[in-house]
Amino acid sequence: MKKPIFILAFIFFAAFMFMAAIDMRPFGEPARSEMDDYFIENAQVQASSNNVVTSIVFDYRGFDTLGEGTVLFTAVIGIVALFREVAK
Amino acid sequence: MIGEMSRIVRTMTNIIFGFIVVFGFYVIAHGHLSPGGGFQGGAIVASAFALLLVTYGTEVIQQYIAKDLLSVIESTGLILFGSFGFLGISATYFYNIVANSGGLFGSPTVIGVNPGDLNTSGTIALMNIAVGLEVLAALGVIVLTMSAAAEIIQNKEKS
Repeated sequence: MKKPIFILAFIFFAAFMFMAAIDMRPFGEPARSEMDDYFIENAQVQASSNNVVTSIVFDYRGFDTLGEGTVLFTAVIGIVALFREVAK
Repeated sequence: MIGEMSRIVRTMTNIIFGFIVVFGFYVIAHGHLSPGGGFQGGAIVASAFALLLVTYGTEVIQQYIAKDLLSVIESTGLILFGSFGFLGISATYFYNIVANSGGLFGSPTVIGVNPGDLNTSGTIALMNIAVGLEVLAALGVIVLTMSAAAEIIQNKEKS
Protein backbone atom coordinates (compact mmCIF):
# COMPACT_ATOMS: atom_id res chain seq x y z
CA MET A 1 0.00 0.00 0.00
CA LYS A 2 2.81 2.39 0.90
CA LYS A 3 4.97 1.71 -2.16
CA PRO A 4 2.57 2.98 -4.89
CA ILE A 5 2.08 6.21 -2.95
CA PHE A 6 5.82 6.75 -2.76
CA ILE A 7 6.23 5.99 -6.48
CA LEU A 8 3.39 8.36 -7.37
CA ALA A 9 4.85 11.11 -5.20
CA PHE A 10 8.28 10.59 -6.73
CA ILE A 11 6.89 10.81 -10.28
CA PHE A 12 4.98 13.97 -9.38
CA PHE A 13 8.04 15.59 -7.82
CA ALA A 14 10.32 14.60 -10.70
CA ALA A 15 7.81 15.91 -13.25
CA PHE A 16 7.70 19.29 -11.52
CA MET A 17 11.50 19.39 -11.39
CA PHE A 18 11.76 18.61 -15.12
CA MET A 19 9.15 21.24 -15.98
CA ALA A 20 11.10 23.82 -14.00
CA ALA A 21 14.35 22.75 -15.67
CA ILE A 22 12.83 23.05 -19.17
CA ASP A 23 11.48 26.50 -18.32
CA MET A 24 14.87 27.77 -17.12
CA ARG A 25 16.66 30.53 -19.00
CA PRO A 26 19.91 29.64 -20.82
CA PHE A 27 23.10 29.92 -18.76
CA GLY A 28 24.62 33.37 -18.68
CA GLU A 29 21.51 35.24 -19.88
CA PRO A 30 19.57 36.39 -16.80
CA ALA A 31 16.16 38.03 -17.19
CA ARG A 32 17.38 41.19 -15.46
CA SER A 33 21.10 41.96 -15.36
CA GLU A 34 21.22 45.47 -13.87
CA MET A 35 22.45 44.19 -10.48
CA ASP A 36 25.16 41.97 -12.00
CA ASP A 37 26.37 44.77 -14.25
CA TYR A 38 26.54 47.16 -11.30
CA PHE A 39 28.65 44.76 -9.24
CA ILE A 40 30.98 43.91 -12.14
CA GLU A 41 31.44 47.60 -13.00
CA ASN A 42 31.93 49.02 -9.50
CA ALA A 43 33.15 46.22 -7.18
CA GLN A 44 36.85 46.80 -7.83
CA VAL A 45 36.56 50.55 -7.22
CA GLN A 46 34.24 50.47 -4.20
CA ALA A 47 35.34 47.32 -2.37
CA SER A 48 38.98 47.32 -3.55
CA SER A 49 39.05 43.55 -4.11
CA ASN A 50 39.90 41.74 -7.34
CA ASN A 51 37.47 38.88 -6.54
CA VAL A 52 33.96 40.19 -7.12
CA VAL A 53 32.33 37.25 -5.29
CA THR A 54 34.38 37.92 -2.15
CA SER A 55 33.63 41.64 -2.30
CA ILE A 56 29.90 40.82 -2.37
CA VAL A 57 30.13 38.27 0.44
CA PHE A 58 32.29 40.34 2.81
CA ASP A 59 31.45 43.93 1.85
CA TYR A 60 28.08 44.46 0.15
CA ARG A 61 26.42 41.57 2.01
CA GLY A 62 28.52 41.59 5.18
CA PHE A 63 25.52 41.15 7.46
CA ASP A 64 24.64 37.92 5.67
CA THR A 65 28.10 36.50 6.38
CA LEU A 66 27.85 37.57 10.02
CA GLY A 67 24.61 35.59 10.25
CA GLU A 68 26.26 32.59 8.63
CA GLY A 69 29.05 32.67 11.18
CA THR A 70 26.53 32.92 14.01
CA VAL A 71 24.62 29.91 12.65
CA LEU A 72 27.82 27.84 12.59
CA PHE A 73 28.70 28.98 16.14
CA THR A 74 25.24 27.99 17.39
CA ALA A 75 25.52 24.60 15.67
CA VAL A 76 28.82 23.93 17.44
CA ILE A 77 27.34 24.92 20.81
CA GLY A 78 24.44 22.53 20.21
CA ILE A 79 26.67 19.62 19.20
CA VAL A 80 29.07 20.08 22.13
CA ALA A 81 26.12 20.24 24.54
CA LEU A 82 24.42 17.21 22.97
CA PHE A 83 27.28 14.71 22.47
CA ARG A 84 28.69 14.63 25.99
CA GLU A 85 29.24 11.65 28.23
CA VAL A 86 26.72 11.36 31.05
CA ALA A 87 26.98 9.13 34.11
CA LYS A 88 24.33 6.45 34.39
CA MET B 1 42.18 0.28 21.67
CA ILE B 2 40.80 -1.69 18.74
CA GLY B 3 44.00 -1.85 16.67
CA GLU B 4 45.02 0.56 13.95
CA MET B 5 44.85 1.21 10.23
CA SER B 6 47.22 -0.49 7.81
CA ARG B 7 50.70 0.83 7.07
CA ILE B 8 49.59 2.12 3.63
CA VAL B 9 46.90 4.36 5.10
CA ARG B 10 49.17 5.68 7.84
CA THR B 11 52.03 6.49 5.43
CA MET B 12 49.79 8.28 2.95
CA THR B 13 48.17 10.28 5.76
CA ASN B 14 51.57 11.36 7.07
CA ILE B 15 52.60 12.53 3.60
CA ILE B 16 49.35 14.26 2.57
CA PHE B 17 48.29 15.88 5.88
CA GLY B 18 50.72 18.81 5.72
CA PHE B 19 49.89 19.58 2.12
CA ILE B 20 46.14 19.71 2.87
CA VAL B 21 46.68 22.12 5.78
CA VAL B 22 48.97 24.38 3.74
CA PHE B 23 46.52 24.39 0.82
CA GLY B 24 43.67 25.31 3.17
CA PHE B 25 45.59 28.27 4.60
CA TYR B 26 46.53 29.30 1.05
CA VAL B 27 42.84 29.36 0.07
CA ILE B 28 42.04 31.45 3.19
CA ALA B 29 44.85 33.97 2.64
CA HIS B 30 44.13 34.44 -1.08
CA GLY B 31 40.37 34.75 -0.59
CA HIS B 32 40.25 38.24 -2.10
CA LEU B 33 42.18 37.24 -5.24
CA SER B 34 41.32 33.67 -6.21
CA PRO B 35 38.22 31.46 -5.96
CA GLY B 36 37.50 30.36 -2.40
CA GLY B 37 37.70 32.30 0.84
CA GLY B 38 37.32 31.89 4.56
CA PHE B 39 34.56 29.28 4.62
CA GLN B 40 36.06 27.08 1.89
CA GLY B 41 39.62 27.19 3.23
CA GLY B 42 38.44 26.45 6.77
CA ALA B 43 36.53 23.43 5.50
CA ILE B 44 39.67 22.15 3.75
CA VAL B 45 41.75 22.41 6.95
CA ALA B 46 38.98 20.68 8.94
CA SER B 47 38.94 17.85 6.40
CA ALA B 48 42.62 17.28 7.27
CA PHE B 49 41.56 16.86 10.93
CA ALA B 50 38.94 14.33 9.81
CA LEU B 51 41.60 12.41 7.87
CA LEU B 52 43.78 12.22 11.00
CA LEU B 53 40.82 10.97 13.06
CA VAL B 54 39.98 8.23 10.53
CA THR B 55 43.59 7.06 10.42
CA TYR B 56 44.69 7.18 14.05
CA GLY B 57 41.48 7.00 16.05
CA THR B 58 40.06 9.33 18.67
CA GLU B 59 42.25 8.34 21.62
CA VAL B 60 45.57 9.14 19.93
CA ILE B 61 44.40 12.38 18.30
CA GLN B 62 42.96 13.81 21.52
CA GLN B 63 46.48 13.89 22.96
CA TYR B 64 47.65 16.15 20.13
CA ILE B 65 44.65 18.38 19.33
CA ALA B 66 43.06 20.13 22.31
CA LYS B 67 39.31 20.57 21.85
CA ASP B 68 39.18 23.47 24.32
CA LEU B 69 41.87 25.36 22.38
CA LEU B 70 39.85 24.91 19.17
CA SER B 71 36.78 26.26 20.98
CA VAL B 72 38.71 29.37 22.02
CA ILE B 73 39.99 29.86 18.45
CA GLU B 74 36.42 29.59 17.14
CA SER B 75 35.04 32.24 19.50
CA THR B 76 38.01 34.51 18.77
CA GLY B 77 37.39 34.25 15.03
CA LEU B 78 33.75 35.26 15.31
CA ILE B 79 34.53 38.16 17.68
CA LEU B 80 37.31 39.36 15.35
CA PHE B 81 34.92 39.23 12.39
CA GLY B 82 32.34 41.32 14.22
CA SER B 83 34.92 43.87 15.37
CA PHE B 84 36.43 44.24 11.89
CA GLY B 85 32.94 45.29 10.85
CA PHE B 86 33.08 48.03 13.51
CA LEU B 87 36.33 49.46 12.05
CA GLY B 88 34.40 51.52 9.53
CA ILE B 89 31.61 52.57 11.91
CA SER B 90 32.29 56.24 11.10
CA ALA B 91 30.55 55.65 7.74
CA THR B 92 28.49 52.47 8.14
CA TYR B 93 28.85 49.03 9.70
CA PHE B 94 31.04 46.85 7.38
CA TYR B 95 32.43 49.92 5.59
CA ASN B 96 35.82 49.08 4.06
CA ILE B 97 37.94 51.81 5.69
CA VAL B 98 41.31 50.00 5.55
CA ALA B 99 41.32 49.80 1.74
CA ASN B 100 43.71 52.19 -0.05
CA SER B 101 44.92 53.57 3.31
CA GLY B 102 48.53 52.45 2.84
CA GLY B 103 48.89 50.12 5.82
CA LEU B 104 48.54 46.34 6.09
CA PHE B 105 46.29 45.10 3.25
CA GLY B 106 45.93 48.77 2.31
CA SER B 107 47.95 49.35 -0.85
CA PRO B 108 45.89 50.83 -3.70
CA THR B 109 44.10 48.42 -6.01
CA VAL B 110 44.97 48.43 -9.69
CA ILE B 111 41.71 48.99 -11.58
CA GLY B 112 41.11 46.79 -14.61
CA VAL B 113 42.07 43.23 -15.53
CA ASN B 114 45.20 42.28 -13.58
CA PRO B 115 46.49 39.27 -11.60
CA GLY B 116 46.09 41.16 -8.32
CA ASP B 117 48.27 41.96 -5.32
CA LEU B 118 48.04 40.13 -1.99
CA ASN B 119 48.41 43.37 0.00
CA THR B 120 45.14 44.96 -1.19
CA SER B 121 41.42 44.93 -0.34
CA GLY B 122 41.47 46.17 3.28
CA THR B 123 38.98 44.61 5.66
CA ILE B 124 37.98 41.91 3.17
CA ALA B 125 41.28 40.06 3.64
CA LEU B 126 41.17 40.52 7.43
CA MET B 127 37.58 39.20 7.55
CA ASN B 128 38.59 36.26 5.36
CA ILE B 129 41.27 35.29 7.86
CA ALA B 130 38.89 35.71 10.83
CA VAL B 131 36.14 33.63 9.20
CA GLY B 132 38.69 31.02 8.12
CA LEU B 133 39.92 30.60 11.72
CA GLU B 134 36.32 30.33 12.94
CA VAL B 135 35.26 27.74 10.37
CA LEU B 136 38.32 25.52 10.72
CA ALA B 137 37.97 25.47 14.51
CA ALA B 138 34.18 24.97 14.39
CA LEU B 139 34.29 22.03 11.98
CA GLY B 140 37.27 20.59 13.88
CA VAL B 141 35.31 20.71 17.15
CA ILE B 142 32.29 19.08 15.47
CA VAL B 143 34.37 16.22 14.01
CA LEU B 144 36.28 15.64 17.26
CA THR B 145 33.15 15.68 19.44
CA MET B 146 31.19 13.30 17.24
CA SER B 147 34.07 10.82 16.94
CA ALA B 148 34.48 10.88 20.72
CA ALA B 149 30.75 10.12 21.05
CA ALA B 150 31.14 7.17 18.65
CA GLU B 151 34.03 5.91 20.79
CA ILE B 152 31.80 5.99 23.91
CA ILE B 153 29.18 3.83 22.15
CA GLN B 154 31.85 1.34 21.01
CA ASN B 155 33.27 0.99 24.52
CA LYS B 156 29.75 0.42 25.85
CA GLU B 157 29.08 -2.36 23.33
CA LYS B 158 32.36 -4.13 24.15
CA SER B 159 31.87 -4.13 27.90
